[in-house]
Amino acid sequence: MPVDISCGLPGMRLSNPTVLASGILGTSPDLLERAALCGAGCVTAKSCGLDARTGHPNPVAVDWAGGVINAIGLTNPGVDAEVPMLLAVKERLSVMGVPLIASIFAPTVAEFARVAQAISQAQPDLIEVNISCPNVGDEFGTPFAGSPISAAQVTAAVKSATCIPISVKLAPNVPSIARIAKAVVDAGADAITAINTMPGMLIDASAGQPYLANRVGGLSGWSIKPIALRCVAEIRQAVDVPIIGTGGMMTGIDIAEMIMAGADTVGIGSAVWQRGPQVFALMCQELGSFMQQAGYADLRSMRGMAIR
Amino acid sequence: MNPTTSYDAYCLKAKRCETANVNTLIFDHTLQRAEPGQFVMLWLPGIGEKPFCVADAAPFSITVANAGEFSALVHQMRIGDRVWIRGPYGHGFKLRGQKHLLVGGGYGAAPLLFLVKLALKRGHAVQVCLGARSAEDILLADAFHHAGCTVMVATQDGSRGLQGLATHAAEQALRDFQPDMLYACGPLPMLSALALICREKTVPAQLSYEALMRCGIGLCGSCELDGQTRAAAAIPPGWLTCKDGPVFLMNVEPEI
Repeated sequence: MPVDISCGLPGMRLSNPTVLASGILGTSPDLLERAALCGAGCVTAKSCGLDARTGHPNPVAVDWAGGVINAIGLTNPGVDAEVPMLLAVKERLSVMGVPLIASIFAPTVAEFARVAQAISQAQPDLIEVNISCPNVGDEFGTPFAGSPISAAQVTAAVKSATCIPISVKLAPNVPSIARIAKAVVDAGADAITAINTMPGMLIDASAGQPYLANRVGGLSGWSIKPIALRCVAEIRQAVDVPIIGTGGMMTGIDIAEMIMAGADTVGIGSAVWQRGPQVFALMCQELGSFMQQAGYADLRSMRGMAIR
Repeated sequence: MNPTTSYDAYCLKAKRCETANVNTLIFDHTLQRAEPGQFVMLWLPGIGEKPFCVADAAPFSITVANAGEFSALVHQMRIGDRVWIRGPYGHGFKLRGQKHLLVGGGYGAAPLLFLVKLALKRGHAVQVCLGARSAEDILLADAFHHAGCTVMVATQDGSRGLQGLATHAAEQALRDFQPDMLYACGPLPMLSALALICREKTVPAQLSYEALMRCGIGLCGSCELDGQTRAAAAIPPGWLTCKDGPVFLMNVEPEI
C-alpha cells in the first residue's frame, strides 16, 4: 500500500511533514538549502529582530542526557540584512518546491509590527511570530507568550502589518496553553507553532555553576516530548488552525505520535544534533514504514486520533 | 560519572613551554574516544568556553598560544587548577596509507604530534613541514624530530630553515617524499593554498579548519566557512566545521 505523507500549512503544500525548526541551521542560504536537500518538507530561518544582536557569550548550547539546553540569545543580523538573505534562500528553495518560513521577534507590540512589515519584503510563505523565546528574560518573549491578552495584541499587530499568513509560536510554561492558542487564533493567527523550548537550568556540581553563561536556557530534545504532545493535544481541542507540533521529535514514530496529538506538521530541531542533517529523510522513511505497517494511507487518517 | 553530566573536570598536572608564547598543558586523566584533529569545548565556569584541538588524549593535553583574553587565562593556569571539558567533537584525521606528509602552519602544528604518534606506532613513514614567521615561533620541531619524523622548517624571515611559507616546504616534500596522504592544520590561507596544490596534483589530503564555534554540536550555524575558503578546497555549501569537520577530506574515498 503506498502511503501519502504530504500535508499543508496556510497557503502551502508540503511534500512531507518535517519542518526545520527556527534557530537550527537557519542562519544562511547554504544551511537552509542543505536542510531542504536533506529532505525537510519546509524550512524556518532563525528568528530575526529589527536590529542586529550578537547573542549571549559561550557556553550557549550544551548537550546532555535529555537532549540539549541552549541560550543562544537571539543572535541575528537585523531585519535589513535578513531580507536579502531570505530572498536568496527563496530563489533556491522555490525550484525544489520547499516553502520558507521567516521567524520574527521584538521587544514591543509596535516593533513586532515593524519587523513583520519589513520581513514581508522577502515574501516568505509564512511568518512565524516568536513570542516565546525563553532565553532573553523579560526583554523579549516572556511578557507576550505568558498572557492571552498580550499574545493576542502581538498577533493582531502583526496581522495588520502583513498580508502573509502567520503562525504564532507559543511557550509551554503557561497555566493554560489552550487559552493562549484560542486568543491568538481569535486575533487572526493562521497557524500555531507549539512548543518553544522549555525553560530550564543545568548546574555542574563540581564547578558550582550553571552550564550556560545565561544561567538558564531552553530545553529541547527527547526530554520535552511529553510536554510538547500534551500542549499540542490541548491546543487541538481548543482551535482548528494548523499546528506545527514541535518538541522532542527524533524519529518517524515521534512524528506519528505528534500527528495523533493533533498536529499538521512537525518541527525538527535537536534531532539535527542527534542524527545529523540527514535526519529529515530518515524520519520520513521511518514514518512511511510505520504508516504502511499500521495501515494508515495518509496523515489525515491519523490526525488527532489520540485525543478523540 | 553521572550520565546527566555534560562536562568532565580535568586537573592541570604539568606544563611544558613550547615557545615564548605557547604552552602545552597536560591534565590528570585520559580523554576517552579522542582522535587527532578532533576538538573539545573547554569551559572556565563564570568566564567562558572556547574550542581547543586535542594535542594528546592519554593523558588529555592541549597546546595553547597566549593569543587572546580567554587563551591567556588558559595559558597561565597553575598546576592543580581545573578546566571543564565537553567532547571530543567533530571528525578528526584518519590515517590512510603508509607515507604521511604533515603540514603545520604556526599554531597549527599543535594537533599533528598526536597524529604522528599513531602513525609511528604503526611503523609508517612521516615527514613534517612546519612554517612560522620566525625561528622562535616554530612549534614542536624538536618533539617531531625526537619522535622519529623527518622535519622541514620554513620561516618567513629566513631565520630558520627554508625562507618562505609552510606551503613552499610542502611542495618540495610532495615532490621528494611522494606521500600517500597530506594532513594539514594552520591558517586559512595556508589551507587554501595547499588545497589548490592538492587539487592540481590529485594528492589525497585532510585539511583541518578553524572557525568561530558557539554550540560545537552542529545546531547554531556559527562555524560555517566563508565562500572563498570553501571554494579553494571544493568544500560543499553548508559544511559545518564543528560537526562535518573540523577535518575535510579531499580526494579521499570515504571509508565504508
